[in-house]
Amino acid sequence: MANNKVLFRIQRFDPEKDEKPHQQDFEIEVAPGATILKTLHRIRAEQDPTLALRYSCGSAICGSCAMKVNGHAILACKTQVSDCVRDGVVRVAPLGNLKVLRDLVVDIEPFWESLGKVTPYLIPEGGAPEGERAQSPEQFLRIDPSTTCILCAACFSDCNALEVDPSFVGPASLAKAHRFIFDSRDAATQQRLREISERTGVWDCTHCGECSTRCPTETKPLERIEEIRVQAMADGHHGNAGARHAFGFRESVGKHGLLDENWLALRSVGFFNVPGLLSLMPVGLRMMMRGKMPPLIPHSIEKVDEVKKIFARFEELRK
Amino acid sequence: MKYALYTGCVAKGAARELLVAAKLVCGKLGIELVEMTDAACCGAGVIGEDNPMVADILNARTFALAEGLGLDIMNICTTCQGVHRKAQRKLAKSPAYKDRVNAELRRDTGREYKGTVKVKHLYEVLLQQVGLEKIREKVVRPLRGLKVAPFYGCYALRPPDVNDLRDPDDPDELEGLIAALGATPVDYPQRLKCCGFPIMMMNRENSLKLAGNAVAGAKDAGADVIVTPCPLCHLNLDSYQPQFASKMGRKLGVPILHLPQLVALALGFSQAELRIKTHVVRPTGALATI
Repeated sequence: MANNKVLFRIQRFDPEKDEKPHQQDFEIEVAPGATILKTLHRIRAEQDPTLALRYSCGSAICGSCAMKVNGHAILACKTQVSDCVRDGVVRVAPLGNLKVLRDLVVDIEPFWESLGKVTPYLIPEGGAPEGERAQSPEQFLRIDPSTTCILCAACFSDCNALEVDPSFVGPASLAKAHRFIFDSRDAATQQRLREISERTGVWDCTHCGECSTRCPTETKPLERIEEIRVQAMADGHHGNAGARHAFGFRESVGKHGLLDENWLALRSVGFFNVPGLLSLMPVGLRMMMRGKMPPLIPHSIEKVDEVKKIFARFEELRK
Repeated sequence: MKYALYTGCVAKGAARELLVAAKLVCGKLGIELVEMTDAACCGAGVIGEDNPMVADILNARTFALAEGLGLDIMNICTTCQGVHRKAQRKLAKSPAYKDRVNAELRRDTGREYKGTVKVKHLYEVLLQQVGLEKIREKVVRPLRGLKVAPFYGCYALRPPDVNDLRDPDDPDELEGLIAALGATPVDYPQRLKCCGFPIMMMNRENSLKLAGNAVAGAKDAGADVIVTPCPLCHLNLDSYQPQFASKMGRKLGVPILHLPQLVALALGFSQAELRIKTHVVRPTGALATI
């Protein structure tokens, strides 16, 4: 295969000169198999030594070279240029949801701060043991995916919830929390689940799936978030809208086979939460005026008894 | 062309106009539908967070019902579609788990999911089975001059391995369909983002911000209307629009259409037949003149 001429359209920003970022084009011949990182090194060596980027191992282990290509976060060392060319162009930009310091370098501090919020270390029972704290292969497999996180912040960059709320703890931190919640050696499981079930925690994730899609490892934060939610529900951490919302689904689908949207809204807010109930009124009125209000007497599916039987053994299945 | 129509809950509840439009479009394009009046909610990912196996049994039951009809499933909600496809992937990946789910399903209902049924969204059927050429032929009222911003919805895009899009990171399927109807697709930064609906009950402020950014982004890019294949996105972008517009301190007034409503307009159905006036944001501007 011959070399290919490609246009790298790179977002540049020099805080001393620029008011806002701008794009700069670099034409470069790319050999088959060349990675984004290798090509950026060549641009620095051959065309512009001032191009700033963060990198280290070049082997998808250190997590330093995450950046956006064509609008989505990737690891530059793990991504081949040939997979990213769109009409002859590769668009390169710094990670999202973080302040740009220079060119492709972002201020990674907020990412570290978010990790700090989930107590990212083992809290063992009692003092130091004589030997190592042994784990069975099954116990390790439980946390295997979440231990593979390389803290590259690709998920943090593309997280939709973080885009509108920097106080959200974020996908990497939730995956890190998972790593300790499900660690057989950790003694603070319930405290962790309780804290993470609160506002800015596990129930504020929108389920957009960006984190798992961008994750370059097997961490897959959304899957870990789902597992944390299941565990929090099972262990009785129910004093939050996320749990009430899940109860609303369980109750209405278990009864009618279909979701009763009116019940779900009231149940999620909480029947004794007067301000919450009042806050539902504007949208309720708007929908009522348009004749869009879901039926007040919910419709049931045919053969709903089959569904009722499935739900009747809910508790049994959970065990 | 015949499908088992899985309506989902919202098309029976807060977005009943979606079901009307989907049936009109299918009728016009020769897609025969058998409505699955005995299928239960897909769980929307929420029942699975309460009890994953119950969600899998519910969905296995839905698949078994369609297998009983000898038909593939057509969804009209991308959330149902995504949840169904994820459930199918999970059951296909582990035959031992599928056996356990089937054992429970048999015990409760006498049914069994064999794994033969395919699950498609209406827009996939339009693109893959009907084809843009035939759709172009059937257009009697080209939507010329109408600038349409597609809002894909998360479940249509992610995870990338459970959908049929050419490139889920940069899809052009809805744009192709919009163009086939004679309208002009509009590109804008939020077309692949989350609408915020899943957290409306947990964090309204964040949910409204996501919805507001999406609608404002489409408006700023010149869109007359947003179209979406997901009724949950529709609910957030439409029924909360007055609320997030006032929070943002700007006038938005961007009508949100269900995908089959847009198709049906081009196929000649009237706004009244499509119950477009049941939307919170009334048809204005270029849409109002159609």
